[in-house]
Amino acid sequence: MSGPIAVVAFAQSDHRRTTDELSEVEMLMPVLHEVLARTGLRTADIDFTCSGSSDYLAGRAFSFTMTLDGVGAWPPISESHVEMDGAFALYEAWSKLLTGDADTALVYAYGKSSPGSPRDVLTRQLDPYYLAPLWPDSVALAALQAQALLDAGDTDEQALAAIGARSRAAATANPHAQLRGPVPRGDHVVRPLRSGDCPPIGDGAAAVILAAGDRARRLCARPAWIRGLDHRIEPHSLGARDLTDSPSARLAAERAGAFERPVDTAELHAPFSSQEVVLRKALRLGDEVCVNPSGGALAANPVMAAGLIRIGEAAARIHRGASDRALAHATSGPCLQQNLVAVLEGDPR
Amino acid sequence: MPDVLKAPLVVEFPFTRSLGPVQRAFLTGLRERVLLGARTTAGRVLVPPAEYDPDTAEELYDLVPVAASGTVTTWAWNHAPRPGQPRATPFAWVLVRLDGADTALLGALDAPGPDAVRTGMRVRVRWAAERTGAITDIACFEPYDGPPEQPAPYTGEFENPVTGIVVPARLDYTYTPGRAQSDHLHALAEHRIVGERCPRCRKVYVPPRGACPACGVATTEHVEVGPRGTVTTFCVVNIKARNLDIEVPYVYAHIALDGADLALHARIGGIPYDRVRMGLRVEPVWTEGARHPDHYRPTGEPDADYDTYKELL
Repeated sequence: MSGPIAVVAFAQSDHRRTTDELSEVEMLMPVLHEVLARTGLRTADIDFTCSGSSDYLAGRAFSFTMTLDGVGAWPPISESHVEMDGAFALYEAWSKLLTGDADTALVYAYGKSSPGSPRDVLTRQLDPYYLAPLWPDSVALAALQAQALLDAGDTDEQALAAIGARSRAAATANPHAQLRGPVPRGDHVVRPLRSGDCPPIGDGAAAVILAAGDRARRLCARPAWIRGLDHRIEPHSLGARDLTDSPSARLAAERAGAFERPVDTAELHAPFSSQEVVLRKALRLGDEVCVNPSGGALAANPVMAAGLIRIGEAAARIHRGASDRALAHATSGPCLQQNLVAVLEGDPR
Repeated sequence: MPDVLKAPLVVEFPFTRSLGPVQRAFLTGLRERVLLGARTTAGRVLVPPAEYDPDTAEELYDLVPVAASGTVTTWAWNHAPRPGQPRATPFAWVLVRLDGADTALLGALDAPGPDAVRTGMRVRVRWAAERTGAITDIACFEPYDGPPEQPAPYTGEFENPVTGIVVPARLDYTYTPGRAQSDHLHALAEHRIVGERCPRCRKVYVPPRGACPACGVATTEHVEVGPRGTVTTFCVVNIKARNLDIEVPYVYAHIALDGADLALHARIGGIPYDRVRMGLRVEPVWTEGARHPDHYRPTGEPDADYDTYKELL
C-alpha cells in the first residue's frame, strides 16, 4: 500500500538523572508497550522496526541487541539500527514505508548517559586526526559557537538566559521533563555558556509508530502526516564553517517543504540555548511560532532520543489538535553539524 | 530489592590510523614546525587541510605553507580543564585563522584569564618540546603582538614522513547491570544460579536480562535452576588465550542447567578433553571468592537422553 505516511503514536519515559536500577531494556520496555497500546498493535503487526542509540554512552559493544529483547522478536522481525539519534532511525523507517514494502513501523531510541560522562564520550565522535586528540568536550564546542553569536550581535547573554528560562517554564506542563520551573542562570560551565544554557544529563527513551495511508487513519483519530523529511550535513571541520548560521538546517527545511506555508509549532533539538538562536534564524521562525512547548532539550536531553522526542512531541500536538502544521528538528554532532527537519500536518478541521 | 550493583568500567583503546598524503604532510609538518594548508581550485587555503574540498568534493593535493601566527575567530573560556585537554590549568579554547589561511584551527590559548582574550586578538603557535607528528605537536597558542610571521620553508617533501597516528582513548563509566542481572549476580555470590520465567511463553532464561526476547515482556518470576546440567554442544579450544592460565586443549561447552530453557556456556574440567560428549551430565565447581563457577565437571550420572535437550541446542 502507498499513500501519505503519518506518525500515529508517541510515547516516552520520564527522563531522569540516573536510572541505576534499570538496564537499558528495562528502561525502554514500558515505552514500547505504551506506544503499541496506543494503537492496539502487537509486535507481530509491525512491518519494520528501527532504533537509534550509541554504544559509547553505555560503554558496551552492540548494546542495541540487548534492547531488542524488549521488542519481542518472535516470529522473526524486520529490523535495523542507526548509531545516531532515533530521529535518523525514523528517517530510515519513513524511507522503508515510502517504498511500499511496509505499512507500519516502530521507531525507538534510548540513551543512558548516567554511567559515563557525555561531555567526554561525545568527543569520540569528532574527527580523530585534528580534534579528538584535544578532547574538546561538547560544552566547549557549543561555547565557541555561542561566542561567535555574541560577537556577531545575533544574541546577548540575557537573551540566552531567557531561552533557558522559557524552556524550563514550558516544561512545567510536561510530566516527562527532567528539569522544570524557574532556573537560575547558574555559573559558567565553559564561558560564555552558563549551566542554564546547557542541557541536563539524563537517561530516557522514546518510541513512535509510523503508518501509511488508510492504515494510519484507522490507528489514529488525527494522524500527524509527514509532509516532508530531509537531513543534511556540513563540513566536519568546525573552522571551515560559519558557526552563526546553519545552512544544512535551512536546506533540510527547504527540501522538507517547511517554507511553503507557515508552521504554528516548532520542536527544535537545540541542546544549548545558543543553538536555538541559530535554528530560529536558519528555519525562519518568527515570534508567532510556538517554539518548544515541551521544554525542549534544555528540559530533558536523553542523548540519542532527544531528536526523536522532538518529532514525537510535534506529532502529539497534532494528534490532540493543538497544532495543524508543525516543524520538528533533530541534530547530531558538534555545533549543529547534522540537521534533520520534518514537517507534520493534521487533516483540516 | 537488594542494593543496586555498581562497578567501574573502563573502556580504553589505542586507535591506530593510517594517513593519506594530505594528513601525512600536515602532521609531519607539525613535527618539523611547518604549518601546511590545502589550497582549493578556488584559491581558498584550508588549515587544517582537508583531503577533499568541502564545497566541490575535488581531491586536494596542493599543499602550501602558512604562518605560525594568526587571528582568533572565536573563543571560549575553560576554567576547569578536563582530562586529555591540551592544558591542565584554565585556558581558552580558540579557533585560529593562521596568516595565509582561510579557515580556522582549533586549539588552546595560554592566557591569564578571560579578560585577556577577545575575538580578533593576535596569537601564534607555541610548539611542543617533543613532537611526534600529531595535532598535539601544537602545545597551544600564545598572545602575539608582532607582524604576521613568515611561513617556514617547505619543499614539498619531508624525510621520514609519519604514516600513521595512534589515538589513545579512555572513557570511564560506572556500570550498573539493572534489576534482573543484579538479582542474578547477587544469587551467584551465594553459589546459586537464578533465572527468570517469561509470564507468556513460560521459558526460563539464564542469565536473565529482564525481558523475554521472544515475547518482549518483562520477566520477573525468579526460578532457581541447576546446579546440575547437560552438555548440549561443545568445542575443543587449542589456542591459548593471552593472560589465561588454562592449559590447552580444553573444552568449552553449552550447558543446559536443569530447569532452564537457555544454555549457558562454560569450561568443562575434570575429564579428558576428548571424552566430553553431548548429553554429558555436569555440575559447577566453585572456587573461593569467585562470582562465577570456575568450570563444570562430570557428575557421574548416565548421559541425558537426546530428546531431553534437543530443543536447547
